[in-house]
Amino acid sequence: MDVLLEVRHFKKKFGTKQVHRDISFQLQKGECLGLIGGSGSGKSVLLRSLIGLEKPDEGELFFQGQNISNFNEEAFIPVRKKIAYVFQGGALFDSMSVFENLAYPLRNHTQLTEPEIEKKILDLLQEFGLAGNEALLPSSLSGGMQKRVGLARSIILGPEVILYDEPTAGLDPFNTRKIEDMIQGLKKKGTTSVLVTHDMPVAFQVCDRIAFLKEGYIAEVIDKKDLRQEKGLLHQFSQGEIP
Amino acid sequence: MYSSQLQTFVYFLGGVGSLCQEFFSHLSLKKIDRDLLFEQIYQIGARSLPLVIVTAVSTGMVMSLQFGIGLEKFGGKPYVAKIVTLSILRELGPVFASLMVAARVGAGIASEIGSMVVTQQIDAIRALGTSPIQKIVLPRILACVITVPILAVFANCVGIFGAMIVGITELNLDPYFFMNKVLENDLRDFSAGFFKTFFFAFIIAIVSCYLGLQVKEGTRGVGLATTKAVVASSIGIFIGDYFLTKLFWVIEQWMYY
Repeated sequence: MDVLLEVRHFKKKFGTKQVHRDISFQLQKGECLGLIGGSGSGKSVLLRSLIGLEKPDEGELFFQGQNISNFNEEAFIPVRKKIAYVFQGGALFDSMSVFENLAYPLRNHTQLTEPEIEKKILDLLQEFGLAGNEALLPSSLSGGMQKRVGLARSIILGPEVILYDEPTAGLDPFNTRKIEDMIQGLKKKGTTSVLVTHDMPVAFQVCDRIAFLKEGYIAEVIDKKDLRQEKGLLHQFSQGEIP
Repeated sequence: MYSSQLQTFVYFLGGVGSLCQEFFSHLSLKKIDRDLLFEQIYQIGARSLPLVIVTAVSTGMVMSLQFGIGLEKFGGKPYVAKIVTLSILRELGPVFASLMVAARVGAGIASEIGSMVVTQQIDAIRALGTSPIQKIVLPRILACVITVPILAVFANCVGIFGAMIVGITELNLDPYFFMNKVLENDLRDFSAGFFKTFFFAFIIAIVSCYLGLQVKEGTRGVGLATTKAVVASSIGIFIGDYFLTKLFWVIEQWMYY
C-alpha cells in the first residue's frame, strides 16, 4: 500500500513542557488512524502539525513522499488543498452565512462559476442533512449542525486526507451518530483520515488502527481486528483506569 | 523588571515590523479582495463619520470660544478665525479624527481578530489554504489608509464650521470677515495635516491587527488586546505627530523658501 502521510521522530515542546518526545507513524492510503490519549497528551498539536498550523521542534513530516516539515505558509497552500482539517468547534466564520462559509474554499481555489458553486453547496448541504440552512449565520445553528457545516466545508474541495479533531465532542447521541456516519461515508469513498477523539465507541467503529499517546510517545498501536482481545493500555484507558 | 518591559517592547516592535513586511509582500492589486475592502471601508469610514463629526464640531466650537475669551483682553478677537482654522487644519482635525478612529476602529479590529484567533477562525483561514494577511490584515489596513484622510477632511470642514458658528453667535464676528480669514489659509496648511493622516491610519491598523493576531489567553486576551490596541495606536499617533510635523516643516522650508 502507498504511504500517504509519515511522521518521523516528531518532537514538540511548549515552554518547559515536552509534549512529544518521539512520535513516529505511517498512514497508508485509505486508512483511518485513531489518535487516543489523555487530555494534554498532545493529540491536537500533532494533528495541527500535520497541516502546518504548528511547527515541529524536531523530526520530519512527509506527505506523498515530500518533506513538509519546513514549509512556509506559501508552500503549504497546495498541501492544505489536499489535507483537510475538521476543527473541534467547527471554526466557522461567524460573519458569514452557512452558504458563504462553504463557498469560501471554492471561490478561493477553484474556477467554478457562481451557479456551479451554488449547486455544489446545495447538494452537499442536502447530503449532510442541512438543507434549508444555507442563509443562516453559524450563531443560529446548534453545536451539532455547526460541526456538520465545518465538516462539509473541510471536504468541499475533495481532499485526500481528512484530519478530525474531536468531531463528536460535546454532541448528543443523535448528532454523534450522524457525524460517525459521515466519517464512515467518507472512508468508504477512499478518503484517508486521522481521528483524534475521546469517544472510544466512535474510534472503535471508524478506525482501522488506534494509536495510544502517553508521555510524549506512542505507547501502543492496535489494529481493528485485535481490538476485542486488547487488554493493554488502550483497554485500561477506555475503562477509565489510567489518565 | 525594566529589562522585561524593554524586552516586551522590542518584541512588539519586531512583531509589528514583521507584519509590515508581510503586508507589503502581499500588497498587489490582483490579491486584493474588493468585496472585503469595500466592506471594511464602510465599517471603518462610514460608521466612524458621526463620531468624528461630533468631536470636530465640539473642538472647533470650544477652540473658538476659548481663543475669543482669551484674546479679547488684548484686543485680539479678530485673530480668532485665523488661529482656530490654522490649528484645526494643521493639527486638531487630523489628529482628533485619527484618535477617534484609533478608539473606535483600533479597538474593533483588535477585538474582532482576537476573537477570530480564540475561535480558531484564523487557523481555519490557514487550514483552508488561504492567508490571514490577505483576507484579514490587508483589507483593514487599506480601508484605514483610504478612509482616515477622508474623515480628516470632514473633521477639518465641520471643525471650522463649528468655530464659525461660535465666532458669529458668541464673539459677534462678521461672517464674511470670518470666512475671509478661513480662506487666507493656503494649501500648505491643509496638506501639512492631511498627509499625516496616511501614516496615522497605517499605525492604527497595523498595530491593532498585530495585537489581535497575538491573542493567546482566550476572552481575557481579547480584552487586553483591545485596550492595548487603543493605547498603542494613540501613543503611536502622538509620537508620530511630532516627527511628521517636523518632517513636513522641513519639506515646506525646502519647497517654498
